[in-house]
Amino acid sequence: MSDQVESVEARAEKLQGLGCARKRVEDARFTRGKGNYVDDVKLSGMLFGDFVRSPYGHARITSIDAEPAKALPGVVAVLTAEDLKPLDLHYMPTLAGDVQAVLADGKVLFQGQEVAFVVAEDRYAAADAVELVEVGYEPLPALVDPLAALADDAPVLREDIADKTEGAHGARRHPNHIFTWEAGDAETAARAFDQAEVVAREMISYQRVHPCPLETCGCVASMDKVNGKLTVWGTFQAPHAVRTVASLISGIPEHNIRIVSPDIGGGFGNKVGVYPGYVCAIVASIVTGVPIKWIEDRIENLTATAFARDYHMAGEIAATRDGRITGLKCHVTADHGAFDACADPTKFPAGFFNICTGSYDIAAAHVAVDGVYTNKAPGGVAYRCSFRVTEASYFIERMIDVLARRLDMDPADLRMKNLIRKEQFPYTSALGWEYDSGDYHAAMEKALEAVDYGALRAEQRAGREAFARGETRTLMGVGVSFFTEIVGAGPVKNCDILGLGMFDSCEIRIHPTGSAIARLGTISQGQGHATTFAQILASEIGIPADRITVEEGDTDTAPYGLGTYGSRSTPVAGAATAMAGRKIRAKAQMIAAYLLEVHEGDLEWEVDRFQVKGNPERFKTMTELAFAAYNQAVPGIEPGLEAVSYYDPPNMTYPFGAYVCVVDVDVDTGVTGVRRFYALDDCGTRINPMIIEGQVHGGLTEALAIAMGQEIAYDEVGNVSGGNLVDYFLPTAVETPAWETDFTVTPSPHHPIGAKGVGESPNVGGVSAFSNAVNDAFAHLGLTHTQMPHDHWRVWKTAERLGLTG
Amino acid sequence: MAKSRVSLTVNGRAVEALVEPRTLLIHFLREDLNLTGPHIGCDTSQCGACTVDLDGKSVKSCTVLALQADGADLLTIEGMAGADGTAHVIQEAFREHHGLQCGYCTPGMIMRVHRLLQENPDPTEEEIRFGISGNLCRCTGYQNIVKAVRAAADEIDSAKEAA
Repeated sequence: MSDQVESVEARAEKLQGLGCARKRVEDARFTRGKGNYVDDVKLSGMLFGDFVRSPYGHARITSIDAEPAKALPGVVAVLTAEDLKPLDLHYMPTLAGDVQAVLADGKVLFQGQEVAFVVAEDRYAAADAVELVEVGYEPLPALVDPLAALADDAPVLREDIADKTEGAHGARRHPNHIFTWEAGDAETAARAFDQAEVVAREMISYQRVHPCPLETCGCVASMDKVNGKLTVWGTFQAPHAVRTVASLISGIPEHNIRIVSPDIGGGFGNKVGVYPGYVCAIVASIVTGVPIKWIEDRIENLTATAFARDYHMAGEIAATRDGRITGLKCHVTADHGAFDACADPTKFPAGFFNICTGSYDIAAAHVAVDGVYTNKAPGGVAYRCSFRVTEASYFIERMIDVLARRLDMDPADLRMKNLIRKEQFPYTSALGWEYDSGDYHAAMEKALEAVDYGALRAEQRAGREAFARGETRTLMGVGVSFFTEIVGAGPVKNCDILGLGMFDSCEIRIHPTGSAIARLGTISQGQGHATTFAQILASEIGIPADRITVEEGDTDTAPYGLGTYGSRSTPVAGAATAMAGRKIRAKAQMIAAYLLEVHEGDLEWEVDRFQVKGNPERFKTMTELAFAAYNQAVPGIEPGLEAVSYYDPPNMTYPFGAYVCVVDVDVDTGVTGVRRFYALDDCGTRINPMIIEGQVHGGLTEALAIAMGQEIAYDEVGNVSGGNLVDYFLPTAVETPAWETDFTVTPSPHHPIGAKGVGESPNVGGVSAFSNAVNDAFAHLGLTHTQMPHDHWRVWKTAERLGLTG
Repeated sequence: MAKSRVSLTVNGRAVEALVEPRTLLIHFLREDLNLTGPHIGCDTSQCGACTVDLDGKSVKSCTVLALQADGADLLTIEGMAGADGTAHVIQEAFREHHGLQCGYCTPGMIMRVHRLLQENPDPTEEEIRFGISGNLCRCTGYQNIVKAVRAAADEIDSAKEAA
C-alpha cells in the first residue's frame, strides 16, 4: 500500500485535518443553484399560508369577517384565534417562560402582529385573500418608550397576565414589568463608588435591530394522517428543541414528529425562535390533511420575527485618578416588546449580560436588568452573538472610552492598564464568570503595533489642527475595542432552554472500507460545518476529511442537540465530535492490538494508524482497522465501529480580540468613510483558517451595518420604520471596506481540541470599534457619547450640536 | 384568472407555458419550471438573490413579469455549468476563494458577475464592488467575492489568450 512509504507529513496533509484551509464541500451545490432551502420544498397537494397582520401598534379587535376571503376561488380556510381556542393553541409558550399569541386574541399589541391565517391553493390567492379579511379595530394608546413602561399611568399592555405578580423570572411590580435580574454584589460596588477618586456616568442605548438573514423564516408542515406522523421542514437553528416543543404544544408523541432543517440561508439568531407561522402551518396541515407552506416576506420578517438588542444601559464607572478601574455599575431597561420571547438559557433572562466587566480586572461590579413590555414585536434574539453579549461588550467598551475622556487618558493606554493579566487566568470576574484563558496584553500590543497606533494619533492631532485652521472639513476618528466573548452554552448544571440541557452531540459510523458518516445535533446556516467537523474528525481518527460525510438537521437521524447559535457549535458539538472520535480510536486500538498480537499499551497512535512502540514498521492503518471491525471476530469486542458522544461542556469558552477602526468624518454631510479596519481575533485552536477569516469578514460587515445604520424604530403610535430593505441598512459591497484580519492563538484549556468558536466575535468587537471611532472623531470637542446608529443624519446632527456646521 | 401564453428560451431550452399575467418571473422560474436556484430575499428589488440574465442584461426576476420575458433568451444559475457538468469558471472561483457561506445570495451573485465580466472583462476592485452592489450578501462581507471575481476575470482572460 502507498501508505507504507509515505512520510508522516504527507499522510497528515492528506487528512486535511485541523489547521487546513480546506475548501468547502458545501459549495459544489450552492454555486450551481442546487441548494435545498425550505422554499424549494414542494410536496404534492401543498397549500400556502399567509397572515393577516395588524396595522396598529395597540388596538382592540372589534370584529373579524373572513367570509369575503373564504368566498374567493382557491381559498381553503381562514384561521383566527377563535378557531385555535378549542385546541388551546391561540397562545403558545415562548422560550422565555412567557406566552405569545399565535393569533391575536381580542387585542393586538404590535404592528405586524398575526391576526388571521389564510390558507389557499397558491401564494397569489393567499395574498388576495389576506386583503379580503375585514378586521375592525379600536385603537388604544401605544407604549413605545421602554423607559416609560413602568410609569403609573402607562397603558396596560398584557391584559392576559395583568394580575400575575409572579413571572417566570420572579416578581413583577407593574403590569408591564417582566422581571428584574441582578448579578454582582451591590454593597461592594457601592463601597467602591463611595471611595472612588473619579466617577464617569453615561446612558448607553443599543438600538433595536434585526438579524435579517437573506433568507426569511418559513416552514412546510405535513401531517400524515394515516401514520400519525408530522414532518416539518423549516428554518430552524435548533431542530431538536423545536421537535420537543412541538410535541409538548401539540400533544403529538415526540417519536411521531420529524423536524428537518434543510439548507438555511443565514440565521444570525433570527431562526432560533418559535413563531406563530410554524404553529399555524402545523395546525392547518392537521386540519386540511395536506402539506402547508408558510414563508415570510421581508417586511414580515423585519417587523414580526426576532428583533435584537433594544437595551438601554445606565452606566457608572469608578476609577483612580491614574486610571485604575475600581468599580462598575449598570442598570438596564430591556425592551422585550409585546411578549417575552427572548431566546436565552432559562436561568439567564438577560442572557450573559453580566460579562459586562469585559476584558478588564474590575474588583467590584453590580448589574441589574429590568425587562419591560412595549407595543413592539417580540424577540430579543442574539444577533450574531452569544446571549446579550454584544450589548454587554458595547456597554463596557463605550464606558472605557467615556472614562478615558474624563481622565484625559488615551483609550488604548487605559485599556492596557486594566486588561486582565495573563497570569490571572482562569479569572473569576466580579459578576461571576470564570474566564478560561487569555493573553490580552499580547493581543492588544500586536494590534496597536500592526496599525502603528502612535502614528495614527499623531496624524489625528495634525488633522485636528488643520481643521481648526479651516484647512479641512474632515475629522479623523480612531476607535479601539478589546472584547471578550462568552460562548459555547453551555454546562448543563446552569444552562438549559425549556429544561433541555445545553449539551450537544455527535454520532459517528465508520464504514467497512474506511470512510465515515458523522451526524450532529447542530445545524449549519453557512458556517461550513460539513467542512470543519470533518476536519476535526480527520485529525482524531486518521480518515481523510474527504471521506467523511457530515450530516445535520434531521431529527429522525441526528442525535439530540440544542442547535447552532451563540457560537456554540465548535465549543460544544465540536467537542462532542472530538470525543466521539476518541471513542472510535479507543476501539480501533483494541482491534489493532489483537491483529498485531501486542498489548494495547504497546501501541501508539500516529496520524492515521496504530504502530508498535519502537517498531513503527508494524502498524495497522485506520482503513485496515475499519475493515477488521466488520470482518474479524475479535475476542471480547463487538463487531462494528461506531460511537456517540453527548458532550456537556465544563465551562463556556472565552474568545477575545483587539480591533482598531479608523474613520474619516465629513462634518458638512455626516458621511463617514471607514479608512481602515484591523481585527485581531483569538479563537483558540484554529480549525480552518479560510473559514475563520470568512466568518470574521462577515461578522465585521454586520457590525458595520449595526453601528452605522441599522435600526428598527417605532413612532409614537407604534408604526414601524426600518421594516423593509429600502429603509433597513444592509451594506452593499460599496459601503463595505476591505478588512484586515490577524490572530493570536490561546487554546481553551477545557475544550478537547482547544477551540473556542469565532463566528460571532467580530460582531461583538466590531460594533464598539466603529462606534468608538465615530465618537473619537469629535472627542477633542468634548463629546463623550453619541447614539448609534451613526448614520449620516445623526453624525451631521452631532457636528451641528458641536457648532461645526457653521 | 385568465392565463396568457409565454414562450422563451431558458438555459438553451425552448419553454412554452400559460401564466397568469401578474405572475412574477421569479415565481414562474421557481414554481412552474422548478428552477429553484434563483432565490427570493426581499420582494422590493433590493437584494438581488433572484438575479438572472435576460437578453444579455442582469435583471432581478422579482421585478419582471413572466410575460415580459416572452421571446427572451434567459439564463439562470442552472445553465452556467458546461454540458458535461463542469463548473463554470466563476462558479469555481467562488468555491476556490470562499466567496460564499450560506449560499443563498450565491446564484444571483454569480449571475450578476457573469454579466459584469462581459460588460467589463478587466474590472478594478472599485468597479467590481460597484458592479455587484445590486446584490446583497449577509455572510461574506464581500471581500472574498471581490477576490473571486478578480480571479475569474484573470482566468477568463488567460483562457482567451490560450485560445
